[in-house]
Amino acid sequence: MLLGTPFHPRTAALCRSRRWRNWSGYASALSYEPGHEHEYYAVRSGAALFDISPLRKYEIAGPEAAALVDRIVTRRVADCAVGRVLYTPWCDEAGKIIDDGTVQRLAGDRFRITAADPCLRWFQDCALGMDASVRDVSSDLAALALQGPTSRRILERLVTGADIAALPFFALAEGRIGAAPVTITRTGYTGDLGYELWVRPADALALWDAIVETGRGYGLAPAGLDALDVARIEAGLLLKEVDYVSSWTALIESRKSSPYEAGLGWAVQPRRGREFVGGRALEEEAAKPSGWALAGIELDWPRIEERFAAVGLPPLVAGRASRDAAPIYAKGRSGRSAARQIGYLTSSTFSPILKKYIALATIRRAFARPGARIQAELTVEFVRQRVPATVVKTPFFDPPRKRN
Amino acid sequence: MNAASPVPRRYDAIVIGGGHNGLVHAAYLARAGLRVCVLERRPLLGGATVTEEIFPGFRYSVFSYVVSLMRPDIIRELDLPRHGLAILPLESTLTPLPNGDRLYRDADHHRTWREIARFSVRDAEAYDDYGRTLFYMARAVKRLLGIAPPDPGRLGPGDIRGLAGLARHFLDLEPDQLHTLVKLMTMSAADFVDEWFEADALKATLSASGIIGTFLGPRSPGTAYVLLHHYMGEIDGHFRAWGFAKGGTGAVAEAIASAAREAGAEIRTDAAVEQVLVKNGRATGVALDSGEELRARVVSSSLDPRRTFLDLVDEDHLPAELVRGVRAFRFRGSSAKVNLALDAAPDFACMPGHGPHLRGAVSISPSIDYLERAYDDAKYGDFSRRPYIDIVIPSAIDPGMAPPGKHVMSCFVQYAPYELREGTWDEKREAFGDTVIETLSEHIPNLREIILHRQVVTPLDIERTTGLSQGNIFQGELTPSQLFFLRPAAGHAGYGTPVRGYYQCGSGTHPGGGIMGAPGKLAAVRVLADLKRGPGRASGSRGGLG
Repeated sequence: MLLGTPFHPRTAALCRSRRWRNWSGYASALSYEPGHEHEYYAVRSGAALFDISPLRKYEIAGPEAAALVDRIVTRRVADCAVGRVLYTPWCDEAGKIIDDGTVQRLAGDRFRITAADPCLRWFQDCALGMDASVRDVSSDLAALALQGPTSRRILERLVTGADIAALPFFALAEGRIGAAPVTITRTGYTGDLGYELWVRPADALALWDAIVETGRGYGLAPAGLDALDVARIEAGLLLKEVDYVSSWTALIESRKSSPYEAGLGWAVQPRRGREFVGGRALEEEAAKPSGWALAGIELDWPRIEERFAAVGLPPLVAGRASRDAAPIYAKGRSGRSAARQIGYLTSSTFSPILKKYIALATIRRAFARPGARIQAELTVEFVRQRVPATVVKTPFFDPPRKRN
Repeated sequence: MNAASPVPRRYDAIVIGGGHNGLVHAAYLARAGLRVCVLERRPLLGGATVTEEIFPGFRYSVFSYVVSLMRPDIIRELDLPRHGLAILPLESTLTPLPNGDRLYRDADHHRTWREIARFSVRDAEAYDDYGRTLFYMARAVKRLLGIAPPDPGRLGPGDIRGLAGLARHFLDLEPDQLHTLVKLMTMSAADFVDEWFEADALKATLSASGIIGTFLGPRSPGTAYVLLHHYMGEIDGHFRAWGFAKGGTGAVAEAIASAAREAGAEIRTDAAVEQVLVKNGRATGVALDSGEELRARVVSSSLDPRRTFLDLVDEDHLPAELVRGVRAFRFRGSSAKVNLALDAAPDFACMPGHGPHLRGAVSISPSIDYLERAYDDAKYGDFSRRPYIDIVIPSAIDPGMAPPGKHVMSCFVQYAPYELREGTWDEKREAFGDTVIETLSEHIPNLREIILHRQVVTPLDIERTTGLSQGNIFQGELTPSQLFFLRPAAGHAGYGTPVRGYYQCGSGTHPGGGIMGAPGKLAAVRVLADLKRGPGRASGSRGGLG
C-alpha cells in the first residue's frame, strides 16, 4: 500500500498519465502528462515543480551537533557556515558509501540532513557519547523542488522575509510564502538554477497552490521522476542503488563503492586532526588509489543511428532515461589486442538539450580520463552491439545560471 | 497383500517408514536402479507429513503444517511438481497484542517498515540489517545442508577433505559474519535478537522461531541456532520464505511417493516393521509384525534414532557408547497441535475482517516474557497456561482444504511437555484444548461460535500415531549439541550404522527436521556410494563392529 505525500491531493488530481512509482513507500508521479518531454523542458527553459517529500530528513541538534555531523560525513562541517548547505556522502568504517544527501546548517548547533534511505539508527549510533540528539523529521517536513531558469523569479514574487535574489548556490534562507514559514535552499537534483522548499505538512497544499498560481506566467509545470532522471544524468548526479550500491545493501564486497570510486573524491576532506567514520580507510585509499572510477561517457550518436538504420529502424533509444546496466569495453594501450570489458554503465539517457546519448559508468581508472575511447554495449533489435564512446567530464550540461 | 509367504521376498533395499524422508530416500535409490520396498506402519503415507479428513469436508495437516526447508534440488531432481507438488507462499506474519494493537509484517517492504516504526524507528531500520545478516548466515550454513557431515574426531580421508572444504568455506566469511555465526551457535534466541531490536513484540515473534520443537525457552542458550534453522527455508530462491503445500503437507508425501513409484519403488502401507534382521553383524532384511520376513542387502531406517537403534535392532549389535549416546539424545517433545474446522473465517480483533493477514502466519507471541513464562510452566511439567501459538489458515490459501466459505485453522502450540507432572495426556487433552481456545479467543472474539470440530494432538498423540519418540517433531531437538557430526551421536553421523548394510535416513540425522528431505537424499547418496565400493567393505559403519 503506497501512501500519499502531503501534496497528494494536488498531484493525484494532476497526474493524467496515472503513472506512479513507489518512492520510499509513497506514490510518486513518474510523469503528469503521458510523456515527460514537456516536464523535462520545463526544467531547462521554465520551471518544474517536483514533490520530493519522500526524502528522509533528520535533525541533529545540541552543543556537539557540529562535531557529530563532522564525524558522520566525509566533508568538513567547519567549512559549512550557518545558512549554508553541503552535498556529501557518508561512509561506513571501511570507507564505503552508505548514502548521500545534503547537510543544511540551520544554526550553529542545529543541522538538517537529507538522505535517500533511513539512517536514524546509524546517526544515533554515531552520536553515542556525544552531547547531540538526532531526530527523524521525515514526516514533519514536506518538500518541493522548484527547478529551472524562471524558478528564481517565481520565488522572488512569492517569498517574504528572505532575499531570494541574493541567495547563493548551496545557501539557505528562512522566509514565508503567504502565512507559511518555509526554509528555502538553493539546491536541487537537476543541475539547473533551482531551489528546494521545506515546509510543515499542514502548509503543503497552500504552498503548492501559491507556486502553481504564480508560476503560471513563468512556464511552470509539475514534473515527475522521469524528467528528473534525465536532468540528473545530464547534471552528472548519482542515484543511490543505481550508480552506486550502498554498503548496507551491497551483500557482496565488490558491489560497494568508496567516494573515490564513485566520483566523489572531491567530497572527501582530509582528516587533519578530525576523525570521521571511514576516514582512516579513505586516507589509505587516497594514498593507494582504487582501480575503479566513475566516468561520464558520450556514446557516438551517429554510430547509434547507423546501427538502427541498418535494420531499418529509427534510433529507439531516445526517450526515457535507462537504469539498465550494460558492459563497457576497451582495447589495451597498444590498441592491437581485442577489446576487454573494463566496466559497466549504470545510467544512460538521450539528452534532449545536448542531442547526445550520455551515460554514467564505473570503469577501470586507467580509462577514466577525458578523451579515452571506449565501447559501450547497446542492444539493437535483439542483437548486442558495441558502440564507440568517449570518456568526458561531468556534468554533461552545466549552465552558468546554476551558480550565478 | 499376502501374509507371511514361505519364501521371503528379496529386494535390494528396504526403507523403514513412509514419511517424507523415507520416501525421498526410496525415490533416489529406485532411480539408481535398485529394487526398493518402503514399509509404512500406518494405512496412509507421510508420517508426520499427512493430510487427513478428520471431520467431513475439512482437511487437516494434522502434524507438520508449513513447508520451507524442502530442498529445491530434490524438488527438481524428483520432478515433484509433475507429481502434484505445489507450494504456495505464506504472505505475512501477524502478531496480535494484548492491548488490541498488533505487529503486521508482509512483503510490502515500506509498509512493514512503517508498521515496525510505530514501535521503534530504530527497529524498522535494524530489521533490514537483521535480514541481511541472517541471509549471510543462512548462505554460510546452507552449504552444510547439502553435505554429509565430516567428523573432526575421526579423520578418514573423506573427513579431512570435507573439513578442509568447510574450513575454506567458513574462512571466506567476513570476520563479522564469522562472529555472528559463533553467536548463533551459542546464544539464546532472545539475547540474539536483543542485539538488534527493542520492540518486545518484534523480538518475541522473531525469537519464537528459536523455540519451535525444542524444550527450551527463548532465553535458553542454543535457541539462536534453531532460529537460523527456520530462517534457511528457501522458496523460489528467496531465503526465509515459508509456504504451504497445496493439499496440505500430505500432498508433499504423496508427490514424493508418486515419484518413487514411478522410479519402480514398491510402497506398502499397514506394514509395521518389528525388527531388523541381523546376521554376522550385517543387516539381511526385516521382520514385520505380521510375521512376514523380507530380505535385502540394504535396510534404511527413516525412524528416529531411538527407534532405529534401540527398538529395531538388538542392543548387543551396537557399541555401548552408541547406545548410551542415543539414550541421552534429547527428544523431550514440547509442542502440540490443535486443528479446528470453522464455520466462517476467524475475525481477529486487531485486524478485523478478511484480508491478506489470513493468508499468512499469525503468531501469539506478544513478548519475550510471555514466551518465557509459557516455558516456565512447562519446565515443571505443566502445559503453558498461556502458550505460544503459531496459526495458519490453510483454507484461506488453498480453497480445497475446506468447503466454500468455511475454514480450517492449524494451531501449533507450545509448550506441551511430553512428560506431565500430574496426570496423563489422555486425561488432560481436552483441558489443554480449552486453554488453547481460551488463549485464541482473546484475539479472535468470534472463535467459539464458529468452531465445528476440534482436534487436539498432544505429544503423546504424536508419538502414538507417527512413532516420533516423545512426540518430538524434529526426531530430536535441533540444538547445537545435537547437530552436524553429533547428530544423532558422535561417530555415527554419516548415515551408516555399526551394523553393515543398515542405514539411517530420517530427520534424526544431519541436517535435521522440517519438511526438508535432505537426510533422505544424503543417506541415499551414502548407500549408493557404499554399494559401488562393493559389499566386502564395511563401509556401512565407521565405528564399533564395522
